[in-house]
Amino acid sequence: MAEVTEVDAVVVGAGPAGSAAALALARAGRSVVLLERGPFPGSKNVYGGVVYGRVLDGIVPRWWEEVPVERWVVRRSTMLVTPTQSLSVDYRSAAWGEAPYNGMTTLRCHFDAWLAAKATDAGARLVTSTVATGLVRDGTGRVVGVRTDRAGAEVHAPVVIACDGVNSFLAKEAGLLPPAAASHHTLGVKEVLDLPAGAINERFGVQDHEGVDVEILGCTRDIPGGGFLYTNADTVSIGVVVALPQLAASGVRPEELVADLRDHPGIAPLLRGASLREYAAHLIPEGGYDTMPELVSDGLLIAGDAGAMTLAAGLWLEGVNFAIGSGDAAGRAAAGALAAGDCSAAGLASYRADLEGQFVLADHKRLRKAPALVLSERVQQRYPGLLCDLAEGMFTVTNPTPKPGGLRLTRQVAAGHGVRLRQLAGDTLRGLRIFG
Amino acid sequence: MSAPRPADRPSTPRWRGISFAERMGTVDFRVGARAHITVDAEVCRSCTTRACVTACPANLFTPTADGGILFNYEECFECGTCYMVCNHEGALTWTYPDGGHGVVFHHG
Ligand SMILES: Cc1cc2nc3c(=O)[nH]c(=O)nc-3n(C[C@H](O)[C@H](O)[C@H](O)COP(=O)(O)OP(=O)(O)OC[C@H]3O[C@@H](n4cnc5c(N)ncnc54)[C@H](O)[C@@H]3O)c2cc1C
Ligand code: SF4
Ligand code: SF4
Repeated sequence: MAEVTEVDAVVVGAGPAGSAAALALARAGRSVVLLERGPFPGSKNVYGGVVYGRVLDGIVPRWWEEVPVERWVVRRSTMLVTPTQSLSVDYRSAAWGEAPYNGMTTLRCHFDAWLAAKATDAGARLVTSTVATGLVRDGTGRVVGVRTDRAGAEVHAPVVIACDGVNSFLAKEAGLLPPAAASHHTLGVKEVLDLPAGAINERFGVQDHEGVDVEILGCTRDIPGGGFLYTNADTVSIGVVVALPQLAASGVRPEELVADLRDHPGIAPLLRGASLREYAAHLIPEGGYDTMPELVSDGLLIAGDAGAMTLAAGLWLEGVNFAIGSGDAAGRAAAGALAAGDCSAAGLASYRADLEGQFVLADHKRLRKAPALVLSERVQQRYPGLLCDLAEGMFTVTNPTPKPGGLRLTRQVAAGHGVRLRQLAGDTLRGLRIFG
Repeated sequence: MSAPRPADRPSTPRWRGISFAERMGTVDFRVGARAHITVDAEVCRSCTTRACVTACPANLFTPTADGGILFNYEECFECGTCYMVCNHEGALTWTYPDGGHGVVFHHG
């Protein structure tokens, strides 16, 4: 007979969603087991990345005084590139360098472990090196626990919160996520490169503790996607995010795309002499609002990437904050349902309403059309080159030929890229509607 | 016995900085005894896309001369790319490694 542990709630996955859920339940006085398949929280997790911390304001007061941060992001650049050109919009804010800050670079083995420790400090029981291998159901089909790979041991509870990330096999087993949906996912590949702090400060124009976030469009050949470059304390993270079906059909290896980016004339000088510390890869659920599963069923809640909650809308790549926001809401909804003695889907329904009332679903709903626009053919394949050529036409001095007029130049350059002015205007308007 | 590591692919020549084996050498793997992913090379023989060969970030799928696929689970990121892009029923079985095993990221 398999060993059975009975608790009030089981949370699967000690990523940001799971730790936030376990923390909320523990604070509500509930016994909660937090299962993690890796040897420590964060060991399986890869992101860009930058964590936007304000979601923590209500969870860990003055979190910035203790969070394990690499650098506080004070500069954010959006870069459009062709193989030989680049055009950047660069924003710098002194306010972002002071509490409560905006974004921070941090590494997941540090950040995830920190948040998990908040949950255990509050009384949650973290069990690492243990895979939840399936759901346990009662005679009526309602979820009442999980099986694990520890000699078949089971953990039973009136409510299970699946925070098992992008491939969520628990949400799949519950029939809430399709078995595989390549077109809703992108692959992120990342290199962490050693670079001394002093070199980072000089090359990126920042002081100690200040960091830079660069998003890059036009660097992924024919494959829809984008690139990123983030500064850590004495490493930089560089990588690409690419649409899965098109990557698979392209014949181009993902690490080659990162090498393209590293060798780009606008980026290579920043990385001179840097050497590879760690190579990594992870999937992103990039489909947004329209691809989210049902988040509630009898005895089961879904939070974070398991619920496709990464906001990957081109200008934004935010998932950790969405995971924390949704995990916290799931933990509170579960605690409420336990107190009321009703963990059916109806008893847990406040979860969805809570998410709709805050940024998690509000942002996703507002930006639901953004992933399609950002990954569209014109934005991916034509606009980076078009805008770079426009800049080149504006700023190249062609004496004795006089300067071209702006409108004529735009029409000429657009035509050269197979784009009509009407389409350009239409996409601009569409962008304003989606993002505005 | 597991299959040998595939040779470096010509598409990532050394002049791009580093060989593929050196690249994977930067990653910490706590290899489990059980193969958490298995590939049915017979099914792969009828596959024309070879989606996994292009997309697997760890480059673990190697076409063989006889039209099959050689796969080694040991240096796997557990990312899920292969099962997502493969559209041949029955070609892959995919699970996570047993608890505590598999990839350990230190700079994720
Ligand atoms: C390349 C890339 C760049 C990104 N950049 C950013 C960024 O800059 N900023 C940002 O905010 N977000 C970014 N994201 C998104 C972000 O990483 C995710 O949205 C976030 O990690 C989701 O948190 P989560 O807790 O839902 O899932 P995860 O962080 O994936 O955690 C899931 C956890 O569950 C565990 N687990 C899974 N299955 C089981 C099981 N069966 N049993 C036990 N444990 C299990 C895993 O080991 C893992 O610890 C990026 C993602 C990628 C891939
Ligand atoms: S694993 Fe799937 S995609 Fe890869 S060769 Fe076999 S059938 Fe084709
Ligand atoms: S899970 Fe990812 S790394 Fe592992 S074999 Fe599949 S594609 Fe390759």
